[in-house]
Amino acid sequence: MEKILRRDPYNLIIAGVGGQGNVLASRVVGDMMIHQGYKVTIGETFGASQRGGSVMSHLRISTQNGFSPQMPRAKAHMVVALEPMEAIRVLTAYGNFNVKVLCNTRRIQSVGAICGDQIYPELKQMIKWIESLSEDARFFDTTKQALNLGNPIFGNIMAVGALSATGDLPMSLDVFENVIKTKIPAGKVETNLKAYKIGKDLIKNYKKLD
Amino acid sequence: MSSILLETRTDFEALLMGNDAISRGALEAGVNVITGYPGTPSSEIVEQLAKVAKDRRLYVEWSVNEKVALEVAAAGSYAGLKSMCVMKQVGVNVAADSLLHIAEYGTRGSLVLVSCEDPGALSSTNEGDSRPYAKMMEFPLLEPGDFQEAKDMTRWAFELSEDLCNVVMLRSVTRLSHASGNVVMGELPASDPGAVFEFNETPMDQMKGPVLAFPTLIDPLRRRQLEKLSKAEAAFEESVFNTYAGPEKPDLLLITSSVCQLYAKEALTILDLKDRVGLLKLGTTWPLPPKFLGKHLKNCDKVFIVEEGTPFLEDNIKALAAENASQVGIKTFFGRKCGTLPPVNELNPDLLVNAISRILDIGFQPSSDEYNEIASKIMAVGAPSRELTFCPGCPHRASFWLINSALKLDHRSGFLCGDIGCYSLGAGPCGFSTIKILQAMGSGMGMASGFGKLDKFGMTQPVMAVCGDSTFFHAVIPALVNAVHNCSDMVLVVLDNSGTAMTGFQPHPGSSFGASGIKLPQVDIEKLCMALGIRVEVKDPFELKGTQETLLSLLEDKGNPRVLILKQPCALSPIKKAKKSYDMSINEKLCLADRCGCNKLCTRIFKCPGLIWHTENKKVRIDEVLCTGCGVCADICPTGAIIAEKVR
Repeated sequence: MEKILRRDPYNLIIAGVGGQGNVLASRVVGDMMIHQGYKVTIGETFGASQRGGSVMSHLRISTQNGFSPQMPRAKAHMVVALEPMEAIRVLTAYGNFNVKVLCNTRRIQSVGAICGDQIYPELKQMIKWIESLSEDARFFDTTKQALNLGNPIFGNIMAVGALSATGDLPMSLDVFENVIKTKIPAGKVETNLKAYKIGKDLIKNYKKLD
Repeated sequence: MSSILLETRTDFEALLMGNDAISRGALEAGVNVITGYPGTPSSEIVEQLAKVAKDRRLYVEWSVNEKVALEVAAAGSYAGLKSMCVMKQVGVNVAADSLLHIAEYGTRGSLVLVSCEDPGALSSTNEGDSRPYAKMMEFPLLEPGDFQEAKDMTRWAFELSEDLCNVVMLRSVTRLSHASGNVVMGELPASDPGAVFEFNETPMDQMKGPVLAFPTLIDPLRRRQLEKLSKAEAAFEESVFNTYAGPEKPDLLLITSSVCQLYAKEALTILDLKDRVGLLKLGTTWPLPPKFLGKHLKNCDKVFIVEEGTPFLEDNIKALAAENASQVGIKTFFGRKCGTLPPVNELNPDLLVNAISRILDIGFQPSSDEYNEIASKIMAVGAPSRELTFCPGCPHRASFWLINSALKLDHRSGFLCGDIGCYSLGAGPCGFSTIKILQAMGSGMGMASGFGKLDKFGMTQPVMAVCGDSTFFHAVIPALVNAVHNCSDMVLVVLDNSGTAMTGFQPHPGSSFGASGIKLPQVDIEKLCMALGIRVEVKDPFELKGTQETLLSLLEDKGNPRVLILKQPCALSPIKKAKKSYDMSINEKLCLADRCGCNKLCTRIFKCPGLIWHTENKKVRIDEVLCTGCGVCADICPTGAIIAEKVR
């Protein structure tokens, strides 16, 4: 078994909004690591409502057991955000000048913004903030790509694919395929493989947004 | 997609959610009967066991409420079977009366009570801590500290229960139940037990006599119960789940239980204090093991107690230290009571880092000032909080729109008593702040029954109560019967969304299937209410106009309770998922924006997340990703700018 973790424990946060498939994404990454002999602790925080609230998963990936499912503040190495405002929320608590960010640019308005009580920030502004709170931040519209595959939910697996392309964690397509088969009905495996590859290519061929 | 719970390779390591680890532990113990009532964070345990019911020959039941669930599980135990009953913290209150008596008599086949609790009230209306029941009702209590222990201690709980012949309680918390970690599987036993209830011996024959909590038997029963507790104490002195790591004479002794032990480990690593602070982890938290604790208390004057919930360990360890003061010496205690840790809310590693550095007077800087400064500036404007809300297409939004409008049109300061479920959010902006009282399961109806009798003191406000379909069966029926019998003047609205939606669509007595998917007879809410001899109406909350008229006429009626059943499946329900009734669009010519006078009724007041107010062209638009096509907003727009086209 090859142990290639850039940090031990490697602290990963996957954040999004309820209904985006955050929990499945974190389970897939966790299972991919366990398949290769690592120890994983995942802590999930989701609100009382099933959709529309902030959701985040803390993943602690290590060669050893015994890490807290709640990550200590300022200790994240990587933030994968399925929604940009959630990237900001997570960074302000768990970020540091060395953290990396992968961020979906598709905004999901908060109810407060919909009814005019809050202002949902402009994307350009949010990108600047996220950049100022991280060492390296990459942005892509996975929701748009996922809609091309027929359902915005595939954005979560695209994000997992994107994470695999960073090289921070040992994540091969084969391992992904083995894991995803155990998680979803057989008929959906093909589309999820596509989504994973699309996500991977988004990072491989990454060009900075204007 | 076969269940990981059925994995037969022993020593196989898998990523298991704490709740799945508990389920697996029960299977490894050879459990036969599993019951429960859904409640976050406990629901997955029964749910996952139901999926393997056929393979493992289990009887799995979602019971009508926790009291009945415990009684059904106890029946299994009295018939010699291994039984488990699962609930969230508040469920233990519901089951408490039966629990007292079961613990007093004892059990035959093992009976394990699992309570999954929610410190921080992440998905609860309280921070209930059920551990004091173990002390109050004198039975053993276990608290697993990680995922492997969740499995191993569940398995052990069955052995312990069988050995002691009494109920054993296993307490989990959200951060264990809903978190995941590596678990090494053990063996799944072959099991093919028979069930028989024996009653032909004398009442004090625990295995073969009748099970009687008879007044003249209470003295010997309680003596027998206390002997079991002493036996548990002796077993706990030797338990592998009670551990100590650290120097022989530490500067600080940190005593902890449950998932807090992971926070403590992390905090000591961050502070690099493993050679100064001793970490004593208790897996068995009632009765306490006095010798094991005494041995370590003796070696350190400063004791820091870290636990989720009320100061249960803290009080009990202080009492134990006082009893043994001549051997262990005088201690200084730190914990939740003295303010070292916050008196309420859940803990985390950062709170422990902070507390330990204060106790030992170590300066510690968790993150860079420069980063914090940037972060706090951005946080203020960059990430406004996401208020809890009903999902797009949720029938509750329409129901609260109707109730709120009816109460306003009625003009007599009427109010709504709420209940527990997704629809508790009816107390917040997404439910137009319609609910004015929100407490426990069933208590909305009970209180409405009370308010409805206050006319003799001059109260003229119309009284309404609301409950979900699962809650109706769980706790509302007795309160409704009370209201009928006492002629209470009120209206009950049952929000029937076809399942226990909030916790993941578990079936209830109104469903046509049971926990493991088998077909079962449905108890009909409408017929049940009609049998009480009161006015009952059934409507669709998405049909705003007709339902509004019915609701107003129910409010005008007087004297006896009236019931309105609003039937519409949950937007996320498996029977409805992803099926749109309507294609929604906006006719921008008809949307008058600021000139309309409606003041953005659709987005400012109705505020379904499927609607977006376009700030530039000042018109509403449909979010095609979120909209579920329920069609309700089309009926709310005064100019007809929102178009609902029936999907064929």
